[in-house]
Amino acid sequence: MEWEIVIGLEVHVQLATKSKIFSGSSTTFGSKPNTQASALDLGMPGTLPTPNEEAFRQAIMFGLAINADIEKCSIFERKNYFYPDLPKGYQTTQLEKPIVRSGNIVIELSDGTRKSIRIHHAHLEEDAGKSLHEEFQEMTGIDFNRAGTPLIEIVSEPDLSSAEEATLFAKKLYGIVTSLGICDGEMAQGSMRFDVNVSIRKPGGTLGTRTETKNLNSFRFMEDAIDIEVQRQIDLIEDGKKVVQETRLFNGETKKSKSLRSKEEANDYRYFPCPDLLPVIIEDEYIEEIRRTLPELPEAKLKRFKEQYSLSNYDANILSSDQLLGQYFEVVAKKSGDAKIAANWILGELLARLNSTGLTITLCPIKSEDLAEMICRILDNTISGKMAKEVFDGMWKGDGNADSIISSRGLKQVSDSSVIESLVIHIIKINPNQVDDYLKAEEAKRSKMLGYFVGQVMKASKGQANPKQVNKILRGQLNKLINNIEL
Amino acid sequence: MGSKDIHEKTIAEIIFALNAREFSSLEITQHFLNRIKTLNSVYNCFITICEESALKQAKIADQKRMTGEFSDFCGVPIAHKDIFCTKDLRTTCGSKMLDNFIPPYDATVVEKFSFEGAVVLGKTNMDEFAMGSSNETSYFGAVKNPWDIKTVPGGSSGGSAAAIAAQITPGATGTDTGGSIRQPAALCGISGLKPTYGRVSRWGMIAFASSLDQAGPMAKTAEDCALMLKIMAGYDAKDSTSANIITPDYTEKISRSINGLKIGVPKEYFQDGLNFETEKSVLDALSQLEKQGAILVPISLPHSHLAVPAYYVIAPAEASSNLSRFDGVRYGHRCENPKDLNDMYTRSRAEGFGDEVKRRILVGTYCLSAGYYDAYYRKAQQARRLIKQDFVSAFNEVDVIIGPTCPNPAFEFGAKKNDPVEMYLEDIFTIATNLAGLPGMSIPCGLVDKKPVGIQIIGNYFREALILNVAHQYQTITDWHQNYPKDEKIESIRKMRLE
Repeated sequence: MEWEIVIGLEVHVQLATKSKIFSGSSTTFGSKPNTQASALDLGMPGTLPTPNEEAFRQAIMFGLAINADIEKCSIFERKNYFYPDLPKGYQTTQLEKPIVRSGNIVIELSDGTRKSIRIHHAHLEEDAGKSLHEEFQEMTGIDFNRAGTPLIEIVSEPDLSSAEEATLFAKKLYGIVTSLGICDGEMAQGSMRFDVNVSIRKPGGTLGTRTETKNLNSFRFMEDAIDIEVQRQIDLIEDGKKVVQETRLFNGETKKSKSLRSKEEANDYRYFPCPDLLPVIIEDEYIEEIRRTLPELPEAKLKRFKEQYSLSNYDANILSSDQLLGQYFEVVAKKSGDAKIAANWILGELLARLNSTGLTITLCPIKSEDLAEMICRILDNTISGKMAKEVFDGMWKGDGNADSIISSRGLKQVSDSSVIESLVIHIIKINPNQVDDYLKAEEAKRSKMLGYFVGQVMKASKGQANPKQVNKILRGQLNKLINNIEL
Repeated sequence: MGSKDIHEKTIAEIIFALNAREFSSLEITQHFLNRIKTLNSVYNCFITICEESALKQAKIADQKRMTGEFSDFCGVPIAHKDIFCTKDLRTTCGSKMLDNFIPPYDATVVEKFSFEGAVVLGKTNMDEFAMGSSNETSYFGAVKNPWDIKTVPGGSSGGSAAAIAAQITPGATGTDTGGSIRQPAALCGISGLKPTYGRVSRWGMIAFASSLDQAGPMAKTAEDCALMLKIMAGYDAKDSTSANIITPDYTEKISRSINGLKIGVPKEYFQDGLNFETEKSVLDALSQLEKQGAILVPISLPHSHLAVPAYYVIAPAEASSNLSRFDGVRYGHRCENPKDLNDMYTRSRAEGFGDEVKRRILVGTYCLSAGYYDAYYRKAQQARRLIKQDFVSAFNEVDVIIGPTCPNPAFEFGAKKNDPVEMYLEDIFTIATNLAGLPGMSIPCGLVDKKPVGIQIIGNYFREALILNVAHQYQTITDWHQNYPKDEKIESIRKMRLE
């Protein structure tokens, strides 16, 4: 039977503010546990929250970027529940009057069609601390460094109809928040986390019961979690069973999910307006000021990359969807003077290495200037494409920049035609049988056979001869033999 | 003035004596500490007595007064209600939950008094988490009313009020969520002011109901309250609900004539339930003010009857959330050998909180629950707006509103302990001002059965200066504020214990 998949996303994005949403503590990731937790972050009695204006500014930037309405009088609510990493026994969040309402994000499907995904709202809230289970035997440690880090929770309408669409949407969102500079994009550190609401129905039928799978912190995990959940629901229904409304947890390593709690077990969060915080009034002027200073968004960048650098839609799309990758590309393109080659290296070798090592572009061991320099050496014929791979490898391992690797490994390409010519003549002379075959062969097959001689010449030059020149000179010399000209 | 004993002096008189070098701060501080040492065992006003640090602070104050620049308050001893966090000094909020809690920070109010050089004698007893009107809910035992130790001092700032009445401190800080400064002030025959919501920073003050809580001064006279409020008031960036407006000099215009002042007398404050003798004292006070040229204007606050029910939804709702942080995880009471997380939560809270606190957490949790929110919390907020509107309309006609602070003088211990609603009605006249966020003050206006009763002066938003002016004028023509009970003899306590 055919099933229609209905997906809505809730995305938690950690904002890139220097200090927390309601206290002055730093938000830097990776500090010693509880060194970035003030009395407020620890929920000490008598402490009071003071809102961080920067968090509002960044949330408004996001709202403007997705053509949303900005709430002029937004309020904070308390979401009450007990958990050890929740220091006050409630999370300060927004419910009735979130800062951002009714926006949309356009995604481009693989067949080129564009689909608009509606954003119901985005609200500001504080992150919780972190429970540490590993270092303590039969006990749990708690690190409150993360407690109070500002988040925006972006809630989509259930407009997505496949795991692929959900991933495209998530990546687009990633591009927007990183381009705006409101999120560092470090997904492995939890800077962006997804909750997926999934249900299935017969095409055109009423909506099915949905489940929520929480806390997915990579695009891959999210895609896998959706695929698995869709299949689980199909299996249940086709076996005559029912989908239960519940919250599920997905294990990215085992690719299995399990029920966390059913609807009946869900908390009654007892939301009510936070009496410690006054309504936040946002003036039109303030919004317009932010609108004027909004940085270039992925959509505009895509268009510019295609026009300015003559990139294909595919290449431009990838390079424009990640702010830092786009920035990296533009440095390489400008410094090397060849955008096409720059794009090829970044989208090919560089991304492959980053993906296989799980690194993000910020942690890339090759600086954009160094990659540009390497490309310059290809363009000025100092090195061949093959040598460039070796240079790239050296740079990745931290052996130095392009020029120093070229000189230390003696990778200079030989482009002196007289040197190459004498090598070519030498190879022709010591391979009389192959030359004979070549001469007897039909023209159409000759170019294939040429490869053997090119290989021999390259080998004799210890790989340093310019392959283009080798090709050209070889052809010339062999043509002379065809025409019975003495070498 | 010189004929008075040190402990009989007002803060203004102590400042005068210090400025005249009649006494040193050390002498004054030692005098009060001696009285505390003898009398606290009778009245139980203090949870923590800070002898060592108080003497140290007094010496520093004396040095400052000898050498450098100093403010008037330098060397004046006061006490803080144990709801204000004090750095490196135990802060219990009257609860077993915080019996072991030592904050690493000072409340803004505490910091401001320290900055002025005030000497802190100790932390005063209070109803647990400020929930109570009799001081009987304190984990550290009830405070006794110095006028009659068989009766309650009122609450929740009962320790502060009784300590002033017993003259073991000249002034103390208090907090008022539904009457917690004014009601004990009335029952102990002292002066106490709850400022406009937002006038005094709430930072470092342990929250009961955040939208109602407000700190204020308690002392012998309106003038002393003015001196204290001058220090306490002011915008604090650490409390985003504090008001960013100028703090006037509250003593400057305190002696202005009240000729022509329009006093609103709400008919709803003189109805059934008001003790006849109390009513007489209040009406007497009003006619005294009339003699000073004030004009009495009968008014109506038609939604007054909604105040108590609305309060007992809103305050517990906020409290249920505010008190969630006391979970045994990071500080405060934790039960022995918890089996698991849930066991730790439930037993720590069951053991750490007293009955009244639990009752209010239950009520508040219920009011905010899914399906009940609209019927209770939202309705209560609507009632709150109506109550506020009553006052806004009234203040278009009058300058201040005056009525009784409480319906009755101090009642005996146990009289209302088992009937929460009866106890809640103690605050029937004080609660509305908290809901509206208005300033209100109680000053003594008579004795009923040898026990003090008070009038409440309610002013418009941020008009504390006018309230203090009216109170001070009243106190210049009357002497109720100069009446103090005799020191209770230790023998009588022994006798009471034997009984």
